[in-house]
Order: sequence, then structure tokens, then C-alpha cells
Amino acid sequence: MEQLLGFAVPGVPYGCAYAVFAVGLVLTYQTTGVFNFGYGAQAYASAFVFAWLVDDHAWPTWAAFVCAVVVLGPGLGLVFDRFLFRRIPSTNTTAKIVTGLSLLVGIPALLPVVFGNGNLVGAPSIVFNPGTVYFHLGAGVPVNGTYLSAALFTVAMLVVLVLLLRTTHLGLEMRAAAESSRLLELEGVNARRVTATAWAVSGLMAGIAGVLLAPTEVTIQPQDYVTLMVAAIAAAACAALRSMPVAALFGVLIGVVSLTAQGYLPTSSFWYSAVLPAFPFIVLVGALLFVPGLRRLGQATDPLSSVDPPLPLPAARARGREIDRIVRTGFWALLFAFVASMLTWMPPAWETVLNQGMAYSVVFLSVTFLTGTAGQLSLAQATLAGIAAFTAGQLASHLGLDFLAGAVLGALAASLVAGLLAFASLRLRGLGLALMTLAAALLFDVAVFPAQAVSGGTGGLALESRWLPLDLLSSNGHAYFLLAFVVLVVCAGAVTLVQRGTVGRFLAAMRGSELGAAGVGVNLAWQRVLAFALSGALAGVGGTLLAIQQTVIAPGEFNYQLSLAFVVIVVTTGVGTVEGAIQAGIGLVVLEQLLQYAPQRMQGLAFVVFAIGALTYAAHPEGIVELEKRRWTGRAERALKRLRRAPAPAVTGRP
Amino acid sequence: MIHGGNPALELDGVCAAYGPYRALFGVSFSVQEGAALALLGPNGAGKSTVARVVSGLVPASSGRIRVGGSDVTGKPAWAIARTGLSHVPEGRGVFDSLSVEENLVLSLRRRAGRRNLAASLERAYARFPLLAERRHHRVGTLSGGQQRLVSLAKVLVVPPRVLVADELSLGLAPSVVDDVYAAFADVRRSGTALVVVEQQVDRALGLASTAVVLEHGSVAYVGPPSGARGVVAQVLSRRSRPGSADRR
Repeated sequence: MEQLLGFAVPGVPYGCAYAVFAVGLVLTYQTTGVFNFGYGAQAYASAFVFAWLVDDHAWPTWAAFVCAVVVLGPGLGLVFDRFLFRRIPSTNTTAKIVTGLSLLVGIPALLPVVFGNGNLVGAPSIVFNPGTVYFHLGAGVPVNGTYLSAALFTVAMLVVLVLLLRTTHLGLEMRAAAESSRLLELEGVNARRVTATAWAVSGLMAGIAGVLLAPTEVTIQPQDYVTLMVAAIAAAACAALRSMPVAALFGVLIGVVSLTAQGYLPTSSFWYSAVLPAFPFIVLVGALLFVPGLRRLGQATDPLSSVDPPLPLPAARARGREIDRIVRTGFWALLFAFVASMLTWMPPAWETVLNQGMAYSVVFLSVTFLTGTAGQLSLAQATLAGIAAFTAGQLASHLGLDFLAGAVLGALAASLVAGLLAFASLRLRGLGLALMTLAAALLFDVAVFPAQAVSGGTGGLALESRWLPLDLLSSNGHAYFLLAFVVLVVCAGAVTLVQRGTVGRFLAAMRGSELGAAGVGVNLAWQRVLAFALSGALAGVGGTLLAIQQTVIAPGEFNYQLSLAFVVIVVTTGVGTVEGAIQAGIGLVVLEQLLQYAPQRMQGLAFVVFAIGALTYAAHPEGIVELEKRRWTGRAERALKRLRRAPAPAVTGRP
Repeated sequence: MIHGGNPALELDGVCAAYGPYRALFGVSFSVQEGAALALLGPNGAGKSTVARVVSGLVPASSGRIRVGGSDVTGKPAWAIARTGLSHVPEGRGVFDSLSVEENLVLSLRRRAGRRNLAASLERAYARFPLLAERRHHRVGTLSGGQQRLVSLAKVLVVPPRVLVADELSLGLAPSVVDDVYAAFADVRRSGTALVVVEQQVDRALGLASTAVVLEHGSVAYVGPPSGARGVVAQVLSRRSRPGSADRR
């Protein structure tokens, strides 16, 4: 008993941290209808600024608290509302998820750019002194200030928020606004102000949580807040995103159970090294599979959503015949110029960069296909790419199989995993599906990819030149370029063909309306599994291509953060078209290369740029490149018309 | 109450669009206090859009809208609602995730005032005893007809200045439709100007003092209900002829 308590009590502050974040997630979801993936990032921002002010600038604690929590917390929430979430049509679940993800990816990358790269040491505690032991539990389990402030704060926050949401009129209005802000407006309530208040409250809570929980970590790193977020997401999912007390309970349980298990399990066992770190994801998967309330999650609730205007047609389909001819000619000219330049005058450094861009483009095609064509959201595309790469690598190293043949088998393996994932989550939609794929990605990150048998440790698996024909690994000559180019063209062509064929029509029908598609005889379950399997194969091909280009298969190249970034990048540039994926791939590497020339602290900015792209995404869900294309097509068409009209001065009447 | 006094709602050359798709082309009509107007027309004629433009859900791209003589064009929906205009949208007009009582409180607290809240809730429950039984149930668990009763209870307890009811009787059992029309007669007696968007032409014309027939987003007829029947029949027959839909 004594031993159990000794292991369990240190789990309390972690559990409380999870609980506080889980409660924040439920609060935001209940009051704004948004599952705020950026919540952890908000908390991180407040904690970072607090520590920065106190440690680096010697501000008094109270002043730093006011600045970092009371001002910055709600301020961030208001900014998110005003510039992002308010612009998203109420039915566009994908847009809400992607915008939240872009915050999760963007904020931790942005902070060092703004405040410098210093590694911050934990923030000072502001309630109880963290080191002091206040009393002992049982005979010998010390309870120090950290435990006390965590527990006290969690309970206080829970009580205040439950009272706010369940007993006040503002709480009632917030819940109503989350369901349909338009219906609330018809009752004479300024729904925008209500939603803004909800975001401010949620931001304040994130700020307080970040600052109060910071002392439990030694240094303040974005990674900690992401781990925390995952456990919190699992706890919130267990509560079906509905009940804050249940979410808090599961949060504390996850913390206590994992630390207790950590105490009892032998450190050398498989359970300790692989299963324990994956514990929150396992809980998340379990919740997604067995909590019935999650199945309807993220479905549109707004009965007045038909007030929003419909999405415009893609530019390629809306343009007239003459513009079409010009664009097509231009495209072929550009393609020819690209191939010719790569083979002749392109400096090797840039050839490498563009090669990498083509490999990324193939991976991005899988996002285009899955999200753009089938309307499904997967946050595990980098994982699928990794599965294929490691499969090919292990086949080559153990069986001496040619890496290119291994790549085909690897793509099949990735396709199989994706299909199984889709099969397991058949009952989930929108947000539930996104969370399921995220859990799978994290599972692979923590438990599979770092394993000795898979990647040979964190250093990764180095490719050997004897596995590959044609000297593909060396950067001399153009073998790799030709391979990547051919693969990209074949993959893009295959996606286009599938999009235009029967399967593409079925998938488009499913994207438009699952109910309608099922009504005309589309087997939704099969189509979903098929879409995931095809997309997994594409991601796998791209992953092996990327591995050859990198010459080493490192787990870090295929982690969940990249999966998130992939989705954000592709969706913000334009997910509806095959060109969109290629533009995104080339755009990402070119941007990263250009940032090499920028000052040191700007290095991580590439993701930030795309996260900022999400700003435009909220207002233009068809993607920024697609939007610009439509604008320029319109301009070109008007210019053509003017040209045509100019030689005939007889036309004077204005329409 | 005053009948045929000042116009409670006036539309003057109102146009509206959903993004690039234009839906209304210069719609004009007015309703007096205590009068009832039936808004008729085939599917896609713009009836619901008129209701949405009036309540501010869809902005008018040109033209003027006045409620009780004051210009509300371009105001947000909540500000228009506060001038005393109540729009019951087509389909579900209540919050699924809230209980019956929470739905009523949300609406009545502002319109009846915080002090009269308890009394007006009692009146709502007295009028619809079924809602009293279900007061703590989530509205999402109620049937479509029962949900419509919640919408009706909100407007009956504190009659608004203008009530825009969009297909309130759609899909309801005939006996419930009778209830709905009895409720319309009640609010009208208390001085509310009624705009009834309806598919059931006879029902609406029986209630209304004026009829407006829409066709392709324009007004095809304004006048006494007796003349509307012929126009509606004409519009419907014109619509069923092939190739007529894209004449405009």
C-alpha cells in the first residue's frame, strides 16, 4: 500500500495537468464548437512568455502573470476567434480541424522566432513553494507544493467552469452559440460577442494552466505541451467531449496509472519501453472505438448552414476555352523548361532541393486524394510513408531485396495498414476519424519506429548503394531526378484517372453527402477502406522516394508532426487538384531552402508560413493557390474580352 | 388592437444573393400591424430567402427593409431581432443540444424580461402541457412536431411585432397544423404582423389578408388572397413546362 501510494502520488501533478487541459478542450468544444488542437500551444505561449519575463527580464511575478496570463491568454483566444474560427462556415468540420492543427504546428515554431532561441528553465511557482514538503500521506509519502497547487487548481478550475457553463445565462448562450450562432442571433443575442467571450475564457484558462503547470517540467519545451495535449485529448475523448468532470477524472487517472505502472514495471521490459509511452494513445483509441458519443462528433449541427454560399468551382473547370488553351500551352512549356533545366544548368544544391520537393509531392498527392477527393481526413500520412520506407529498408538489409522492389512491397504494406486503420474506424466521422489517425501516428512514433528491429534506433537505417541500381544514392548525375520525375508523373496520372473514373465519382458522392451516396447504392464502408488503401500506397511510394533522396531512413522524418504539417500545407495551398499537391511539395522545399539564407532564428519559419496560410484558408477553404488561380483566370478573361472589343469602336453602350 | 395602421414591415426593391448566385430581384411588399401576409410560390422561387433577408441572416445587396418604420437594412440579425422581428426558420428552429426549458429561457428572458421569466415560462407550459412534461428533455429527443411546438411557444408567450414563419406546417400531422394556425390567429389578434411562408396554399390564403406570389426571385403578384390562387396555378404550370426554368 505504502509503495503503491509512493508511485501514485507523483502521478498526481501530471494527472492534474492532463485534467486541466482536458477540461479546457471540453470547455472550448462546448462553447465554440471547435476542437481546439491549439489549446496546448496557447498554454505553451503563456508559460513561455511568463518564464521569459521573470527569468530573462527580472519582472516581478505578479506583473509577469498579468502580462502573460491575464492579457496574453484571452488576447490569443480573441485573435483566434477574430481572424480564424469566425470566418469558417459552421458546417466545414475539416476547416476547423485543419485550422486548429495549424495553430498546434505554428505557435511553438513561432515563439523562438519572436523571443529568441533561449532554452528556458522552468517558471517559478506562484501558489505553493514547489520544493517544500507540506505534509506526509500515510507514513512516508511526501506531498510537496507542486502536488498541492496542481490538485487545488484543478478542482477550483473545474468548479468555476461547471458553474459558469451550467448555471449562468452566459453559459447557456455559449452552449447555444456552439450549436448554431445564427439561431442564437435570431433570438436577439449578439452571437459573435458570446463566441468571442467563450474564446477569451478558454484562452484565460489555457494561460493559467500553462503558467501553473510549468513548474512540473524542468525546462519549457513545446514537445512537453504536445505530449500533454495527447493525454488530454484522450481524457476529453473518454468524456465524449461533453462532461468536464468526467474529462478531469480520466485525466487524473491517466497520469496516476502511467506513473504507477512506471514504478512497478521493470525498466528493461517491452512493456516499459514500448507500451508505457503509448499508454495515452491506447486510451484514446479505446475511447474512439467504444465511447458511443464520439461517433457523431464533428457533424454539422447548424440547421441554418444553408445560408452560407456554396463553394466555387475549381479554376480549371470554370475557365473559358481560350484561357484553357493558353494555360495548357504554358503548362507544357513550363514542364519542358523544368526538365531541361534540371538536366542541364541547375546547380546541384537546387537540384537536390527540387528532387526532395518531388518526393514530397508524391506524399502530398496522398493527402490530395484522401482529403480532396474522398473528403476524409488522415493525420497519419507521414507514418504511412515511414512504414513503406522501413519495410523496404528491412527487406533490403535482411533479404538483400532490391530497394525499388522493396518499395513496391513497402507501399503495399502502407496501403494495408491504411486500409486496416480505415476499417477499424468505420464508425467514426470527421473529428473522430482525425483523432483516430492521429493516435495511430503517435503509436507508431513512440512504439514502433524507434524500435531496434525497425529503424535500428533513433539514428535511422542508412541505405547502402548495393541495394539500388543506377547509382541512385549519389548526387552526381541525374538518375534520381529521372526516377522521381517518372514516379511523380505516374502517380499524378493515376490519381487523375482514378478521380475521373467510377471510383472517383463514388468518392466525390461520398464527400458531398454520405447519406445521399448510400442512397444511390454506394458502399460507403468499402469506398472508405479503398480510399485509405490507395492513399496509403501513394504515401508509401512517396516515403520510399524520400528515403532514397535522404539516403537514410530516420524515424524523425516520418513523425506525427510532419503528418500534421503535411495536411496543413496541402489543404492551405489547395486540396482539390493534383497540381495543388505538386505546388505544395515544391513550395515547401523552396521555402525551406530560401530560409537557409535568412538569420538563424528564422530557420523554423517554413511551417509558420504555412500556418499563416491557414489564415486565408479559414476564409477560402478551396485553398490559397486555387483562389489566386481563379482570380487571375477572371482577370485574364476580362483582359481578353477587352482586347477583342478594342478594334471595334462602334460598341459604345455600357452594359 | 390596431388593424391596418402603420406598416410593421416594408420591403422596397430588395435584391439578395448567395455568393455569386442571385436569388432575389427587387422584391417589394409591406405588412400592416395585425395583418397577415401569405408568401407563396414554387420551390426555389426565393420564399425562404425573403424570410432570411428580412431577419438579416442573408444581407440584402440592394433595396431597403423597414421594421416599424425604422430602417434595418444591413443590420446584423441580432439587432433586427431586437426591434421585435421574430423569424422561425424552415425545418428545425430550436437548439437540439439544449433542454426544452433552456430553449424557452434563451428566448423569453430577453423578450419578457428577467423578472417576468418565471411567469412567462408558466404561460408557455399552460398553453402546451406536453412541453411541461418534457421540460428537462433535450430538444433533440423530441419529434419534429414537438420541436415546432417549442418554436410556437416562444412566439406565443410574448408576441413579437413581426412574425416571419417559414413553412412552420411542413411535414406536420393535420391536427398539429390546425394548432399552428390557431396560434397564428392568436398572435395576430395581439397586433403582430404575420408573414407566413407556405406550401399549403389554401391554408395560408384562408388566414391572410394579402398574398404575395414569387416566381424566380421576383414578385409575380401582390394583392388580395382571392386573386392569388389563379396566379399560383399559372406560375406552377409555367414551371412544369420544359425549358422554362432558365428563362430569367
